[in-house]
Amino acid sequence: MDSLNSLIDGFGTALTPMNLLWAAIGVLLGTAIGVLPGIGPAMAVALLLPVTYGLDPTGAFIMFAGIYYGAMFGGSTTSILLNTPGESAAVVAAIEGNPMAKGGRGAQALAAAAIGHFAGGMIGTILLVVLAPTVASLAIGIGAPDYFAIMVLAFIAVTSVLGASRIRGIASLLIGLTIGLVGLDQMTGQQRLTFGSLQLADGVDVVIVAVGLFAIGEALWVAAHLRRSTGKPIPVGRPWLGRADLKRTWKPWLRGPVIGFPFGAIPAGGAEIPTFLSYVTEKRLSKHRDQFGKGAIEGVAGPEAAASASAAGTLVSMLTLGLPTTAVAAVMLAAFQQYGIQPGPLLFEREPELVWGLIASLFVGMVLLLALNLPLAPVWAKLLRIPRPYLYAGILFFAAVGAYAVGGESLDLVILLIIGLIGFGMRRYGLPVLPAVIGVILGPAAEQQLRRALQISDGSVSGLVNTPFSVTVYAIVVLIVAWPLISRLVLRSRGGRKTAEESRTVGGG
Amino acid sequence: MTTEPTEPTGSAAQPGSAAQPGAEAVQEEGTALSWLREHSELGVCVLLFALGLLVLTDAFTMSVDIAQRGPVGPRTVPFVIGGLFLLISVLLAGDVLRGGRGEAEGGEDVDLDEPADWRTVLLLTGVFLGAAVLIGPLGFPIAGALLFWGSAYALGSRHHGRDPLIAAGISLATYFVFDNLLGVPLPGGPLMGVL
Repeated sequence: MDSLNSLIDGFGTALTPMNLLWAAIGVLLGTAIGVLPGIGPAMAVALLLPVTYGLDPTGAFIMFAGIYYGAMFGGSTTSILLNTPGESAAVVAAIEGNPMAKGGRGAQALAAAAIGHFAGGMIGTILLVVLAPTVASLAIGIGAPDYFAIMVLAFIAVTSVLGASRIRGIASLLIGLTIGLVGLDQMTGQQRLTFGSLQLADGVDVVIVAVGLFAIGEALWVAAHLRRSTGKPIPVGRPWLGRADLKRTWKPWLRGPVIGFPFGAIPAGGAEIPTFLSYVTEKRLSKHRDQFGKGAIEGVAGPEAAASASAAGTLVSMLTLGLPTTAVAAVMLAAFQQYGIQPGPLLFEREPELVWGLIASLFVGMVLLLALNLPLAPVWAKLLRIPRPYLYAGILFFAAVGAYAVGGESLDLVILLIIGLIGFGMRRYGLPVLPAVIGVILGPAAEQQLRRALQISDGSVSGLVNTPFSVTVYAIVVLIVAWPLISRLVLRSRGGRKTAEESRTVGGG
Repeated sequence: MTTEPTEPTGSAAQPGSAAQPGAEAVQEEGTALSWLREHSELGVCVLLFALGLLVLTDAFTMSVDIAQRGPVGPRTVPFVIGGLFLLISVLLAGDVLRGGRGEAEGGEDVDLDEPADWRTVLLLTGVFLGAAVLIGPLGFPIAGALLFWGSAYALGSRHHGRDPLIAAGISLATYFVFDNLLGVPLPGGPLMGVL
């Protein structure tokens, strides 16, 4: 009941004409930039950060929420019409969506995706309203050792769960942690890795790191391998759905969010796994299984709803624990820090207007998204024809605007370029970018919590594990680290006689 | 396929083939180069190792006579990170030598079948650095337009009439939107002084 009242207050905040305007601009900008090929939601949010610098925090985050959902929707439009997903969450949309578009059913595919996003976002946000205050109140008593444990969990999860190689994930995390070290030590004022430079004493701004790794790194990487012949997008009319299609899609729309939401909330869960899970589920449950792979509408509707709900799940852990589980959440956390706001259990008490305004604006944003995107789809499709030199020149241009607007220093542009070159090298050698960003954002905070915890315990390491909460979290960490071993053991014992026989012959040899 | 690389060593084992040492040296050099090219990821290990050394040296040279609050000082975490860097660089080197390979990232406009186009990357880097230098004296509208135009040129756009116009339009529009509408100040430079 309490959260319902707060939510109504939140709508009071979100529905003021100014905030409504920011939400609408956010949705439009987010969709436009998300549709542009090569720009995923994380880069869209990073590039659009400077747009919000002049706004008050509430307006800024309302706009941000619109950008986030808009960019996710835009990404699936690209997948469906161009068959070249820019981000992993939209891969599944291309599997069924693109054959549909090729077969002349692009309008239906876009409608299934748009309404799927709407349904997933709505259900996900309702779950957020129900769950977030509870999680926050559970987490409110947690202290320094617990925070440190959560951050260790975030580091481990992001390096172990994502990507093909743990070593490369950890290398990337270390690069991020090192960038986070630059500047004055927060507790003693000691200079670290500043090499005597006054400008470096302030540290490297998180926004510059995010823009550098996501935008400059990506633009340079694409420039080195620019495809000379770009695919032609399939022209499309106004999205709509017939009765037969509706009958096939309403269940996937409702099932997708159930799969997507929990994955969004857990560290390194993201949208990739749930979209694939949703796809597999729909394939199994569908009456039109033979159409899968050739343009089955269920395969668009379910995964898109799952992706959108996972975005809402991401916000649960971001707002209540200050724990970013995806790249977009990491950039949003950087934006919070820019305003001097620390997301965490106390956020709901300290900034109720901001939090509930933000949550209410998610609902508003979803309605705007549906209302704008169905009629505007043909316009978005035109964006796919933008000449690639202009597209990537524009990314470099707006990245420079964003980095320069942070502090008005030319040196920031040089640092941006250096970090961009690091991002380029990371893409070349398969080091995932996300651990580095998480390392920069959470590293300094983790160090502070670690030192605070050890200060309380007077240097005894037991001070890190003296709460049930931290012990639980470390147990999860151990589970993740040992997972490859466990899964091997489980597979062996479950493999039955066939593998047992095989291993016997191998063992005998 | 698999027998070919072993052939030179096989023939080297034969006593008669020692007559052409020059040809063999050339071939060996060629294989050493291609081996290095294939294992260029070892360069990443070297960089990570160097980064570890850098972080450790910085931590060692830190003076800790400033009153330290709590048992953990400003050097502890750098020590841990530096040590982990050294460890990870060795582990990564081991992985690369055993045939592990970091997978280059794909994308919508990425064609990994073509070799990397270093000229474009260098040009873009130069253009970006130029803009960083020029933004102070020339102001944002001019430096931004040059950045866009130069980048588009580097990326292969050759519309000599259209490109600068688009660059100027985008740069001016961005300047006005940020400076006037969004309240984010950008330097106008001499151009805005004239207007």
